[in-house]
Amino acid sequence: MPGLEDLYREIILDHYKNPRNEGIFPTPPALKAEGHNPLCGDELTVYLLLEGDVIKDIRITGQGCSISRSSASLMSVAVKGKTLQEVDRLLKIFKSMMSISTNSSGEAEVVDPVEYSERELGELIALQGVVKFPVRIKCATLSWNTLVQALEDRAS
Amino acid sequence: MERMNTLGVKTRPLIVSEIRKDFPIFNQHDGKKLFFLDSAASSQKPVQVLQAMDHYYSTTHANVHRGVYHIAEHATELYEGARATIGRFVGAPNPSRETIFTKNATESINLLSNSLTRGTLKKGDVVVLTEMEHHANLVPWLMAKEQFGIEIRYIMVDENGYLDLQNIDELLQNAKILSVSLTSNVLGTINPIRRLADLAHEHGAIAIGDGAQYVPHLSTNVTDLGLDFLAFTGHKMLGPTGIGVLWGKSELLESLPPFMGGGDMITDVRLDGFTPNELPWKFEAGTPPIAEAIGLAAAVDYLENLGMDAIRDHELELLSYAFESLESNFGKDLVIHGPRNVNDRGGVISFDFKNIHPHDISQVLDQSGVCVRAGHHCAKPLMRHLGIAATARASFHIYNDRSDVDALVDALAKARAFFG
Repeated sequence: MPGLEDLYREIILDHYKNPRNEGIFPTPPALKAEGHNPLCGDELTVYLLLEGDVIKDIRITGQGCSISRSSASLMSVAVKGKTLQEVDRLLKIFKSMMSISTNSSGEAEVVDPVEYSERELGELIALQGVVKFPVRIKCATLSWNTLVQALEDRAS
Repeated sequence: MERMNTLGVKTRPLIVSEIRKDFPIFNQHDGKKLFFLDSAASSQKPVQVLQAMDHYYSTTHANVHRGVYHIAEHATELYEGARATIGRFVGAPNPSRETIFTKNATESINLLSNSLTRGTLKKGDVVVLTEMEHHANLVPWLMAKEQFGIEIRYIMVDENGYLDLQNIDELLQNAKILSVSLTSNVLGTINPIRRLADLAHEHGAIAIGDGAQYVPHLSTNVTDLGLDFLAFTGHKMLGPTGIGVLWGKSELLESLPPFMGGGDMITDVRLDGFTPNELPWKFEAGTPPIAEAIGLAAAVDYLENLGMDAIRDHELELLSYAFESLESNFGKDLVIHGPRNVNDRGGVISFDFKNIHPHDISQVLDQSGVCVRAGHHCAKPLMRHLGIAATARASFHIYNDRSDVDALVDALAKARAFFG
């Protein structure tokens, strides 16, 4: 059985206890999307301030477990100041890291693998251990899915 | 050795070390002890239940109510015998006619909401539920509301986790149905079902009980409880998954139209119509869960052999110990939901622990082999009432003892240190 330290890395606990970019922005001008995980009741709201194709600033509010809260905080730091193209790349990398399933012989396999360096991931790599706890993957991806939703709402 | 319980009835204390030997799951996991505190979600199964099902499949499996060859007759005898055993277990006056097998308690309530809305209930008719119901006793009625326009009223929950009955007469005014859980799966509250059923009857309403969390733990007699219908499920009472029960008064079951249509639930089918079968088969369409019924009857035998009063005494003792232990170790850091008086509770403890999310609690506890449930427990309206998204929940059955509570306390101390 994987150990707790695989899941609850120091960076994760730090972001859980001291979440970055917490708060709200008035809408408009901010984009806003609400995400929830009906299985465990986790809820969060993402606010984005765009300037051209750059995420100028981001705020997040909500409630949830340490993994969903810290993942949201880590994401906010990772995407702030990035272009939408860079964010899209980060999203693909993060999803790739989180998309582990087991094949017919019981081995772990990455679904939709993307080539990337650890440097590209930065602090997000702290969430790598989550894949060893499959029920918690949804907690880690909630904030990213909500971010995508906010951007998609803008597109439509 | 005998002891007197609170009612002055002599009971034999449970010997948990012996009981655990009957449950193969406790001998797995590389010898690492499993502290299973999630029986309110689903209980473990003793070897007697597994063997009864295995024996049936290995020796006499055939479809029931059809063949005239001997193994088919024997299968029918076992299936109908299981029905009688399970009906008697809840004190059914006519166990062989009034005990209907379903898939689970959820299906039992869906059977009722469905058949009642095609028979008794009309637009605007009132169904009274409570704020503490499991989704199984909410959504079927909400679906009936959507489809047929019935009105739903709710008995609310007070700050101590009891039903607030101050306005009960008002709520039951012109009501056709009262449907209430006997024990709350979150708060543990044992509701005053006899009083509620009597009040429902005074107002001309039918009284339905959701016994999913009650029947596995307390001696149950449908007549003493004053109920018209009782729904419960097999897998929470040492039986297999895939089998539930609906008990109903014969005259009411007679008056309802069938639920699902198909084989076995008819006496005649013509191209222009059909004639429903007699009770109980009228409500059992298609090949039933035969092995599961046999397994559930074996579970009932197992429970009766220990004695339901002894089981209740055991759980009360464990509840008291858990309350004391959690309070002395964690004080105000740990908040238990529901009544303070253990005598008003089933063996369920839902709690908040500091500000640690229940998912994180459950994850840390799992590292110590302690299994608890984390989530909304399929009772979202109650969660809203409590102002929380989720709780952690520990629940007991016959194979738990003080060592499980101690393991829970130790693991919670670890969680506090970790997230502190």
